[in-house]
Amino acid sequence: MSEADTAWIETALTSARPQAVGALLRYFRDLDTAEEAFQNACLRALKTWPQNGPPRDPAAWLIMVGRNVAIDEVRRARKQQPLPEDDQAISDLDDAEGALAERLDGSHYRDDILRLMFICCHPQLPATQQIALALRIVSGLTVKQIARAFLVSDAAMEQRITRAKAKVADAGVPFEAPGPVERAERLAGVAAMIYLIFNEGYSASGDTAELRKPLCEEAIRLARLLLRLFQSEPEIMGLAALFLLQHARSNARFAEDGTLILLDDQDRSLWNGTMIAEGLALIDKAMRHRRSGPYPDPGGHRRAACARRRRRRKPTGRRSTCSMARSEVVQPSPVVTLNRAVAVSKVRATAGRARPDRAAGAEACQLLPFLRRARRLPDAARPQRRSPHRLRPRHRASPTRPRRPPTSACISIA
Amino acid sequence: MLYAILCYHDEDFVASWSKDQDEAVMKKLAVVQEKLTQQGRLGPVARLLPTTAAATLRKEDPPLVLDGPYAETKEQLLGFYIVDCKNLDDALDVARDLGAANPGGACEVRPVGVFRPGGNLT
Repeated sequence: MSEADTAWIETALTSARPQAVGALLRYFRDLDTAEEAFQNACLRALKTWPQNGPPRDPAAWLIMVGRNVAIDEVRRARKQQPLPEDDQAISDLDDAEGALAERLDGSHYRDDILRLMFICCHPQLPATQQIALALRIVSGLTVKQIARAFLVSDAAMEQRITRAKAKVADAGVPFEAPGPVERAERLAGVAAMIYLIFNEGYSASGDTAELRKPLCEEAIRLARLLLRLFQSEPEIMGLAALFLLQHARSNARFAEDGTLILLDDQDRSLWNGTMIAEGLALIDKAMRHRRSGPYPDPGGHRRAACARRRRRRKPTGRRSTCSMARSEVVQPSPVVTLNRAVAVSKVRATAGRARPDRAAGAEACQLLPFLRRARRLPDAARPQRRSPHRLRPRHRASPTRPRRPPTSACISIA
Repeated sequence: MLYAILCYHDEDFVASWSKDQDEAVMKKLAVVQEKLTQQGRLGPVARLLPTTAAATLRKEDPPLVLDGPYAETKEQLLGFYIVDCKNLDDALDVARDLGAANPGGACEVRPVGVFRPGGNLT
């Protein structure tokens, strides 16, 4: 098998994974069985696809094959007697599964994928475990890859994921089709979890930034996936836009020695124009809904305005300060207040005064120690790392709107 | 005779390409494009942004804007425009004008990611 073949199959398996594992989880109601079934289906795909060519719908093929293999396993275990060889039970010669797979009911897929993502944001899991579990189960990254991104040993990450899985298994996941309210709640939890993944990549600095970049890319992939499932959710549009506009600047954010370069000093020719275009298009879409929620807003205007001004240097940002003032109401946090203070000081500075506005500057300075303190607290207490579920009692979001996302400190100022 | 060649693929699959894989594909495509350019046969080439960035205008009265790409099978692709627009609303206005001139059916409005205006076709 040539390298090109395996690369093709690997991509197909990655992209089919959330849907396939989600559906298998629905059948077996057990995460380990679902994952194992998917692994077995993948092995079979590696054997079959190079000969028979790609199936029309790889995800459906994997679901079908995974289900059959797992059922055989279960039967085998139950009867304690040898069953026919797998190769006979499930034909590898012709694509019998393909035809069956075509008949699978597609309507469940949306809730399958959502459920799969949702079990990763169980309230009892600390944020770091949520992210690790999601990257393992939903994205299918290897333990080694995840450990690398988190800068811990493979063994430690293995243990973290095993613990998280055990907790999820004990908790019991609701498998009936969710109603609109449950669905919106799940969507909110999942959006916050994807935000955590992105933040984990975005807030890295210095020599770890490059290692953690894949986390940002994965978050973008998941946000796009979610948006394809929920096309009319402005919050998800805003979430995807936020990621794209932030990540578009990733090549310009750090100097060679690893220090952070502030937005105004960044080399804008290094910004990724396509990502900016996509982010802006999504902001446009979200703004059409004219609802204020956490994601399209925090600094959304500022980022959009900055992104539109790739060639012009002077920020004007009046709209962004208004938007941030609104963010302070929707999503009160010291970080948002600090961001607004920075924006206000910049606007006033460019409005004719030589120096940034003192009042706003002072406000920002007053907040800085607070912010630093917040970022230095141990993981469990750090506001941006706190599990989104724990925010719930204080912040009862409407069921149609995601709960407040954790806010990254550096999001608007760097 | 001019031919439009419309490219379809599984978006999940393409979105799962790594940056290197994506660049490798674009490089191979560039070879084909270069050959056509040399022969003076290549018109505009566009790579569209993901369907998540799309909106669809149903050309009814009044026109109805839906989030997401055009996803029906009962109508067929009959033509397309490339228009320079300030933002999505601007593009939707153009689509509304087109809808007013020719009601019925739908227009999907999707931002273009990569655009090469292409050669000297007449």
